[in-house]
Amino acid sequence: MTISNRLSNAFSKPHPALVCFVTAGDGDTAANLDALVEGGADVIELGMPFTDPMADGPAIQQANIRSLGAGTTTADVLRMARKFRERHPHVPLVLMGYANPMIRRGPEWFANAAKEAGVDGVICVDIPPEEDDALGPQLRGAGIAPIRLATPTTDAKRLPKVLEGSGGFLYYVSVAGITGKQQAAQTSIDEAVARLKAATDLPIAVGFGVRTPEQAGEIAKVADGVVVGSALVELVGEHGADAPAKLREYTASLAKAVHSAAKASK
Amino acid sequence: MSSNPNSFRNQPDERGHFGDYGGRYVAETLMPLVLDLEREYRAAQADPEFQREFDDLLEHYVGRPSPLYFAERLTDAIGGAQVWFKRDELNHTGAHKINNCIGQILLAIRMGKTRIIAETGAGQHGVATATVCARFGLPCVVYMGAEDVRRQSPNVFRMKLLGAEVVPVTSGRGTLKDAMNEGLRDWVANVHDTFYIIGTAAGPHPYPELVRDFQSVIGKEARQQMQDRIGRLPDLLVAAIGGGSNALGLFHPFLDDPDVKMLGVEAAGHGLDGDEHAASLLGGFPGVLHGNKTYLLQDDDGQITEGHSISAGLDYPGIGPEHAWLKDTGRVEYTAITDEEALEAFQLLCRTEGIIPALEPSHAIAAVQKRAKEMDRDAVILANLCGRGDKDIFTVAERLGVEM
Repeated sequence: MTISNRLSNAFSKPHPALVCFVTAGDGDTAANLDALVEGGADVIELGMPFTDPMADGPAIQQANIRSLGAGTTTADVLRMARKFRERHPHVPLVLMGYANPMIRRGPEWFANAAKEAGVDGVICVDIPPEEDDALGPQLRGAGIAPIRLATPTTDAKRLPKVLEGSGGFLYYVSVAGITGKQQAAQTSIDEAVARLKAATDLPIAVGFGVRTPEQAGEIAKVADGVVVGSALVELVGEHGADAPAKLREYTASLAKAVHSAAKASK
Repeated sequence: MSSNPNSFRNQPDERGHFGDYGGRYVAETLMPLVLDLEREYRAAQADPEFQREFDDLLEHYVGRPSPLYFAERLTDAIGGAQVWFKRDELNHTGAHKINNCIGQILLAIRMGKTRIIAETGAGQHGVATATVCARFGLPCVVYMGAEDVRRQSPNVFRMKLLGAEVVPVTSGRGTLKDAMNEGLRDWVANVHDTFYIIGTAAGPHPYPELVRDFQSVIGKEARQQMQDRIGRLPDLLVAAIGGGSNALGLFHPFLDDPDVKMLGVEAAGHGLDGDEHAASLLGGFPGVLHGNKTYLLQDDDGQITEGHSISAGLDYPGIGPEHAWLKDTGRVEYTAITDEEALEAFQLLCRTEGIIPALEPSHAIAAVQKRAKEMDRDAVILANLCGRGDKDIFTVAERLGVEM
């Protein structure tokens, strides 16, 4: 199965997609990722730890500290991705993180290493379209989708710039803020998703501040996907080695809510 | 701005790049804001009223122009080139930081922002920001690493007296870079009403450019004062570098004077051969942090490492992107001075000139000592005395083993 197929297949299912995030190297990553898949996650986002996660709230900051404290390296993250790909040949895998660890050895190196590890897409928080040259061409060259973020501050004039050269899906950050803090009003999400859908054929996944199955289910009524991160990362932080069972259970409750929502019309 | 295509003074380009460095590496939420800020800054640059207000405040509130001073006894003690100082430690609040804060708060007001945030390491930029916020009646939140709050308690109290809220940052190692992360997190969550006054010539475009421009008053004055006093330009400019704003402020107006050499002085901490230093240019590698591409202290995986310096104002693991470019082009030479050497220079200036310098410019003074010895008496070195040392007497006492 080719790379772009895995992501587009995930968003072509008869139901909206559940996108689940955990930080690589925080707890038993292989077991945690398997639990997310078993619980019903349609897309996996694997966070690359960074010392300075500027866009993240306390939960994911702590996960980064735990992971780096345990000695996680870039090579480790890529190894986790490759092993995941071996175990789950059909589940799309997206790396999410910050620019510096991605470009440290050069953008070509990273794009090729990610491709070899079976990665389908990359979300780099601090490379906006204006700095696409830093990594975008290399990702596209390797057949990896550069997944961009749109936010409440991305106005209509700017949106085409965000969409140009992006792939996989469009990640709508539902609140102007950091991960895992406030939650957005449902009406503002409805409006934003409608606006984005009018501008692109890319699937729209909504994240930031989504914690409960109820919220996820509401968002799934309008969006193509729902991203949950901090709530899962908190389970890893709280339960350590026992996290996989908790993750499986919580993911299942999220998946039930998301998958039972009517698929949004294009 | 020069029209000469070979000028060193026409950076950055329209995308905010200084050669390969600089740029706007920020989360999408902030991108429309930094674009707004750039638009507003261009409008302010073209507005004579903005410049008039800036100049007026610098003269009557900050106390500019700062004097140009020939340090005769220091010159004799070193025994070489003449040493002159640009006395920016005599500014209101005791350092160069206020120049930039005046400029940025005028921009904030122009943009209709009603809340100011800032990060601070040693507390000098925090105090300067709290000062201009009090002057203009705007609420002010200063993020400061918890470790720095402990080390710099007098400045914390100053900020509180000025009405600012000081938020100790416990994430990471609780130092300047963590305070900057927290500043960016606040900004991203309060984009509608908040202006982030960044304290050095770093961060996403247009910050490196506008901070440099506001600080360039140092070099513009010095250039004129040198002409007036000795009828020529100095042979060598020397300034300490943390993020690099005082150095750029001094250097930038001289960049196209080929006979003026320039030396930027990083903090070598316990020495460049170990990990305990803050010399991003001499001991780091290019990378991306806090909105710009520049030299960073980092490991092989791109994880940022902590800087160390006796001077809390210098222990930041990055450097303004224009310095990265000036280093690569060779226009400015960079060196580093250890904690020990800075401490010696600190005491030397106290005794020879009756001036207690901050530990930041003490690094510059130590570098001046080394260079002046190799130059003739008719050669002229101009160093930026960018801050006074009152804030550092506790650190110095501790290092000298003195009970206070």
